[in-house]
Amino acid sequence: MSLVRRNIKRALDDRKLGRAVLNSCLLSTEKRDRLISELDFQSTRAAARLIRQRSLDENRPLLERFKESFEKAGGRLHYALTAEAACRIVVDILLKAGALQGVKAKSMVTEEIGLGQALHRAGIDAVESDLGEYIIQLAGERPSHITAPALHRSKESIGRLFADRLKIPYTDDPQQLTEIARSVLRRRYIDAEFGVSGANFLVAETGHVVVVENEGNGRLGASLPRIFVAVTGIEKVVGGLSDLAPLLALLARSATGQRATAYVNALLPAPDVSDAPDEFHLVLVDNGRRRTMADPDFAEMLLCIRCGACLNVCPVYRSVGGHAYGSVYPGPMGAVLSNLLGPRMMMHHELPFLSTLCGACKEVCPVDMDLPGMLLKLRERAPKPAIDRVAAAGWGWAMATPARMELAGRTVRTIGRAIGAMPAGSTVKTGMSFRGLSREASDK
Amino acid sequence: MRVSLFVPCLVDQVACETAQATVRILERLGHEVRYDSRQTCCGQAPFNAGFHAEARELAVRFIRIFREAEAVVAPSGSCVSMVTRHYAELGLEGGQLRDWENLKDRVWELCSFLVDKLNLTSVGASFPHTVSYHASCHLLRELGVKDQPLRLLKEVGDLELIKGGWGDECCGFGGVFSVKYAALSRRIADRRAGRLASGGAEFVTGADDSCLINLDAAFRRIGAVQRTIHIARILASEDGGRG
Repeated sequence: MSLVRRNIKRALDDRKLGRAVLNSCLLSTEKRDRLISELDFQSTRAAARLIRQRSLDENRPLLERFKESFEKAGGRLHYALTAEAACRIVVDILLKAGALQGVKAKSMVTEEIGLGQALHRAGIDAVESDLGEYIIQLAGERPSHITAPALHRSKESIGRLFADRLKIPYTDDPQQLTEIARSVLRRRYIDAEFGVSGANFLVAETGHVVVVENEGNGRLGASLPRIFVAVTGIEKVVGGLSDLAPLLALLARSATGQRATAYVNALLPAPDVSDAPDEFHLVLVDNGRRRTMADPDFAEMLLCIRCGACLNVCPVYRSVGGHAYGSVYPGPMGAVLSNLLGPRMMMHHELPFLSTLCGACKEVCPVDMDLPGMLLKLRERAPKPAIDRVAAAGWGWAMATPARMELAGRTVRTIGRAIGAMPAGSTVKTGMSFRGLSREASDK
Repeated sequence: MRVSLFVPCLVDQVACETAQATVRILERLGHEVRYDSRQTCCGQAPFNAGFHAEARELAVRFIRIFREAEAVVAPSGSCVSMVTRHYAELGLEGGQLRDWENLKDRVWELCSFLVDKLNLTSVGASFPHTVSYHASCHLLRELGVKDQPLRLLKEVGDLELIKGGWGDECCGFGGVFSVKYAALSRRIADRRAGRLASGGAEFVTGADDSCLINLDAAFRRIGAVQRTIHIARILASEDGGRG
């Protein structure tokens, strides 16, 4: 049994997990629907898509422009071709500065490159400062959702985790649990020598690194420590500040059902300002993105703004949660993106089949990505097990003539009747196909 | 109008009442229904499983059989979506591509044909039961056929339409998905069936037998009394029976 199949079985057997995931998805979808209806969704997402398309079409000139603005402000830009290179750059920055403890804000690209493990191996202590990420870091887990990383956990399981790891009395009161995490993290901010974060957008004209968040942890981590390192994909660059308006309006609504996130940080390096970090680094990660941009079948995937709405509406994700996918990025977007990033394509070739192709993901996507279309294309490229090849060849053979089709159908009906698996009140009664009946009628 | 019937392979082989009902509706409306028995499958099954070569052969066969048709009507959203949209992704060339481009706008899903092409909402049917509608995904999201089936159902005599569950979630079938991930497919189906059953209607209808057969099995598993019935059988019924 493949890893994905084992994961699915485990998820389906865990009724508590199933309820937690489904309830969270339904709630998020309901909030999203309510707030999206405030916008003219189709025209807003068309505008957002154009902006994101420009990020890809003019990627090199936009990044050049960004580099100029960002470095002029005093920032230091790094470029990493691979995940390993990106981790090495971050580790080197921190070791060189002697910054061995710090805070990390939520970021999917740092999950993608495995930065947490790389820092750990280098003896660098980075505590996750987003509440959800803090919870799963304590539990030694990976995020199960790209915007709600601890969605799979109930408040009771978080209560037990806190009691166990933090040696405190058990409580499952969300307010109290949040206060506890807050008091632990406050101390860590004060002592932090570095902050690490992702970035949602880079603004070419001005050099801003835009980070949206809801807890203020991103802002504290970017301003209190003496070293700040942002890590993001090369596709995140947009032209000007005005391009952010439709993107932010859609991102907050699609992700969390908010009109705006509590914090929208547009960060600029300010090395000479006393209460800003002395060093502001940005690591641009390729890790297969440049290759994907040149692939007409899949470049569209890089329009993604990581809102997670496609996860929340997906009947598969709703049933098994994010860990079942066995990849950093789960859900419909993850089933596509996980096969595009990394040293080569198709590293998770089972995932494109983990979809009913219902199209709910495309319907809610704020940049109108054709996720089902890309899943279909990946299915074609995927290596197929022998049994699938035999089945497809058999189907082709059976459907090549009406007589063979009738033979195959009769076999199915006979077996179906024998095991009682045929639809009630249907052909079971007559045991006939439409073509069989119509031939009979014309013979009379 | 001369209407060429396309009977999806699944309908032909295990749900022939749907095809018979489609013929009755169209003939009652005064159209000449033609059935070319050389037809087999539109190719959706191999296409969704990632086998484009096998799908292409069936597409070529479909196009050859139907290219002269005045209108092709099928009681299935997903097969029609395969023909009208996904054939574009099969790498058809030359005459085959031209024939498809000429043909595709004349291929209709039954409900859409009645409402959008014939401008009808009342087809003279009567069905004295409570009914909930399940929107099949490809009909709804790929073909954009949303209100047409509901408008047809509202005109059916003695039929009471009941909103079942909430939203338009998938039934979990997904063709090859239900084979590869059977337990997961059943979980999704049971959830969807539970929501539809909570509406309390006697029947759940829709425009795709694949989804309805899947849901029918789910109703049995969860012990719900609902049964599924293809919308064609409701629209064909005049005697208040089960079509």
